Amino acid sequence: MRRLGERFTLLGPGLGYLTVLMVVPLALVLSYSIFQRGRFGGLIYEPTTENFARLFDPLYLNVVVTSVKLAGVTTILALLLGYPTAYAITKLTPKWKTVALIALVLPFWTNFLIRTYAWIVLLSPAGLVNDALTGWGLIDEPLQLLYRQPAIVAGLLYAYVPLMVLPLYAALERMDDELLEAAANLGAKPARAFFSVTFPLTLPAVFTGCVFVFVPSLGNFVVPELLGGGQTAMVGNLVRDQFLKARDWPFGATLALAVVAMLVVLLMLQAWSARRLAGDGDA
Amino acid sequence: MAMRRVPFFLTYVFLWIPILVVVGMSFNAGDSPFNWGGFSFRWYGELAADEEIRQGLVNTLIVATGSTALSTVLGTLLAVGLARHTRSKLLDAVATLPVILPDIVLAIGLLAFYALVQLTLGLYSVLLAHAVFGTAAVAAVVRTRLATTDPSLEEASRDLGANGFTTFWRITLPSLAPGVVAGALLAFTLSVDEFVIAFFTAGPQSPTLPIVIYSMVRFGVTPEINALATVLLAVTFTAILAAQRLTRLAGSR
Repeated sequence: MRRLGERFTLLGPGLGYLTVLMVVPLALVLSYSIFQRGRFGGLIYEPTTENFARLFDPLYLNVVVTSVKLAGVTTILALLLGYPTAYAITKLTPKWKTVALIALVLPFWTNFLIRTYAWIVLLSPAGLVNDALTGWGLIDEPLQLLYRQPAIVAGLLYAYVPLMVLPLYAALERMDDELLEAAANLGAKPARAFFSVTFPLTLPAVFTGCVFVFVPSLGNFVVPELLGGGQTAMVGNLVRDQFLKARDWPFGATLALAVVAMLVVLLMLQAWSARRLAGDGDA
Repeated sequence: MAMRRVPFFLTYVFLWIPILVVVGMSFNAGDSPFNWGGFSFRWYGELAADEEIRQGLVNTLIVATGSTALSTVLGTLLAVGLARHTRSKLLDAVATLPVILPDIVLAIGLLAFYALVQLTLGLYSVLLAHAVFGTAAVAAVVRTRLATTDPSLEEASRDLGANGFTTFWRITLPSLAPGVVAGALLAFTLSVDEFVIAFFTAGPQSPTLPIVIYSMVRFGVTPEINALATVLLAVTFTAILAAQRLTRLAGSR
């Protein structure tokens, strides 16, 4: 009985708070997606499937497809850059390992807007990249680097690449070197050993990293606005506009749910890969 | 061997060049945020005199301090409760959800919730919102600390007749202290930097610093932002290094 009281005192306040200010708001988003928009931005509580149908309107579907494409390219680049980086960090001496990890997370902890702003400074027509290119005589006229899709990918990659490196680093650090020695003793070349031992063992971490990069990229509206110049809208921009400009909350909620749905699918993939790995271990 | 290191160096160059450029340009005497016109502290002076930024900073500090206080209490209790008093996967998931949920989803959910309960948006609406992920962050950090503490001390305290409150106050909490402080620092930093949720839940009269930065960046680039960025970088770096030290202390003791 005393235990029960303690349990309530410890768990009650935090879980109560998260229920009121997170679970209830999420339930609201979920329920708004089936209601209709009122004339003055209010809600009409009559169920409809119209919001979901609108997702497939070419106008919006295009935005969703573009977002998935840009977030996907960002994720792949983050993996190509992040995996070897994480691998190289595990090979450092303990002291340099700490330095490398701190140097990895420090930029990540700086204000997100400032990090995005830095790319405007770099990419603008009078910016450093154009200066360097004209200075070396590689180009005559400044290139239009800003306000193009690659600028968005650069900004997103910059924002989220540490989130790819960290889980990969943790997984690679846990790897048992004896497995690789065994593979080498059995005659596997390093590349073969990597692709049939190391990589499969880190697959759950690969998925975790991909979730950490892909999902926030998809929901980001700052980078597309500041670096994309508003020309390439992403799902995040649509959600913001539906809530703050068009005042169509039901459709905005539906768009946000599409992002959550992709998050859930990716998390399931991650869980599946981790389970499969655990299953392999037992066999 | 050297080839294999290329992506490693590329990552760090990629991560640090923009930051170094912004810091360097903050000491620019000229009017351009891009082109060097000699060394000066001019923009730091302009920054100090900027009323809008000062107000944003005050708002941000109010929000961060309040939400950190709330998060630290809620998160610490939650961490102990989750580690010692339940095995529920569902409760675990609720406590970690704010970390993986896209910020924009939480932002619109809170906006809808505030509209439903007819809470006028102001600073406190941001403060309450920031305590959501703050609580999750503190709980996560304190739990890693809990994993290394010995529950037998708590049991001994109970066996000697101390009640739950005394045990928590005299035994559990002191052993968690480094974790609690590290968690609080994390919650504070997260709140100071947070933009999306604040953007949706702040009242029009009470923009936080990131919202002020956003409108500055949107309506044009001035070297003043470079100076502001440098100051923020210095503050964040100090906080993170302090948290790192504390976490290391927490781990080693």
